Amino acid sequence: MALTDLTAEQSIAAIAAGRTSSEELVTAHLARAEHDDWNNFLAVDRDAALARAREIDAMPQRPPLAGVPVAIKDALSTRDLTTTAGSRILEGFRPIYTATCVARLEAAGAVVIGKTNMDEFAMGSSCENSAYGPSLNPWDTARVPGGSSGGSASAVAARQAPWSLGSDTGGSIRQPAALCGIVGMKPTYGAISRYGLIAFASSLDQVGPFARTVRDAVLLLQPMVGRDPMDATSLEWPEPIVLPTAERLDGVRVGVIEELMGEGIEPGVRAACRAALDRVESLGGTLVPIGLPHARYGLATYYLIAPAECSANLARFDGIRYGRRAEGPDDLLEHYERTRGEGFGPEVKRRIMLGTFALSAGYYDAYYAQAQRVRTLIVQDFAAAFAEVDVVASPTSPTVAFRLGERTADPLSMYLSDVCTIPVSLAGLPSLSIPCGLSDGLPVGLQLAGPAFSENRLFEIAHALEGVIGFDPSPPGVAT
Amino acid sequence: MIDDHVTRHVARLARLALTESETAQMQHELSAILEYVEQVQELDLEGVPPTTHAIPLENVVRDDVPTPSVSVELALREAPEVHGDGFAVPRMG
Repeated sequence: MALTDLTAEQSIAAIAAGRTSSEELVTAHLARAEHDDWNNFLAVDRDAALARAREIDAMPQRPPLAGVPVAIKDALSTRDLTTTAGSRILEGFRPIYTATCVARLEAAGAVVIGKTNMDEFAMGSSCENSAYGPSLNPWDTARVPGGSSGGSASAVAARQAPWSLGSDTGGSIRQPAALCGIVGMKPTYGAISRYGLIAFASSLDQVGPFARTVRDAVLLLQPMVGRDPMDATSLEWPEPIVLPTAERLDGVRVGVIEELMGEGIEPGVRAACRAALDRVESLGGTLVPIGLPHARYGLATYYLIAPAECSANLARFDGIRYGRRAEGPDDLLEHYERTRGEGFGPEVKRRIMLGTFALSAGYYDAYYAQAQRVRTLIVQDFAAAFAEVDVVASPTSPTVAFRLGERTADPLSMYLSDVCTIPVSLAGLPSLSIPCGLSDGLPVGLQLAGPAFSENRLFEIAHALEGVIGFDPSPPGVAT
Repeated sequence: MIDDHVTRHVARLARLALTESETAQMQHELSAILEYVEQVQELDLEGVPPTTHAIPLENVVRDDVPTPSVSVELALREAPEVHGDGFAVPRMG
């Protein structure tokens, strides 16, 4: 078995048994990251990664992650290592500090091998909004890997890294995980510090792991969770995150979100999710139909709240303190307008415009304030559901991976990619996508979500289901 | 539906220089998106409080202790243009 086929957990065990080293593992993954058929890496940090691997190999007592390589979404700041967030306006930008979550992974013994491609400023569902060209789906390179964390998902599916970090605002971890046939997890809002995450929509943004098994996702999440003085919204975590072992689901009640199992969901996706959910009962659990009456307003609510927050957050890109600036203007206003007009891509401009409009005098109450109230109704829908069930389930994405270019002409059709993930994001809940089968040879993801802080429960359920589903996360065209 | 005037006004508020064709396309696309998101206005929301953050937090405070911060040299490292110990900006109009 090639080193790049090992899960992270297997790699840690192999290192502990003396069968391989961090240097060997890092070398094998660097070779694949540099031979990048999917445009997944925007930067590869060969020298620093190898130096760190050798350093860990020389330690008398290894840290828990033992020198296993990790890939990091380019939205996360890494000191001295180029960080662009997929945008032209940050071309060549080298942050002066490292995001807390990345620093914690490094302290736990993960070795950063590079930065992964993404939709510009995490705005998109296909990776096609990257200023550096789209990442491709390892299952079919004519198709998108999903987004916005498309490079992180594709890299794990293509065995360029055993695991990676993404960020999820409306589905940007779960949807690409589904489209690439891997596990992607967004924790409870506040679980992981956002310090060093280039902000998109601050009330929604959360960092989380991609991996090829649920247990690997848990191992990567563990060191990142908890309060950070640099992010006032980060939370003291109430209990340790534990590695799941469950094989049965006795007594577990899984709510099936009826609104997300019907119209608008591709038949093949529906069938794969239904088949996976049928396994819940074979493991001793119970399926309960659940209604989320306001879920259908989720997309509209999100496309007011997220652009509003982004229009404020992206005001910082002014070409003065860092990043690219327009050549020529000798007047400050023209400098701002031209720097931003030249530096941002079409989708980012669209969202800034939409958000600025929704917050502007005369429109605020009708749009932004209204959306915040609908958000309350969505939060209440989930609270009512969790009075009856332990977790809720739905497809992660209404379709399998779509073709490059298929949705770029119509922004609304692209937004619909996140119709299943957005309600969960608005409620700040922990949620993950696990692969549950294939439809026309392309992976389908099953989304599970639980109440805030229910990570351990969610992982146990996902782990038991993963075992009985037995999905093989090996894209046919990818050499092992 | 937003018109050309509103589109230009919002672009100015957002400090975005748009070309003529970008402005026309933006007006068209924003109108379509707004038509979709206006469905939030069909609900009766009388008495429903807004949610700003899904996980409620009390005031978060820390001890006010001075700690070392970023050096001037490091803070200026990524600046496109520097003047002495500061960021250089074009004149205000």
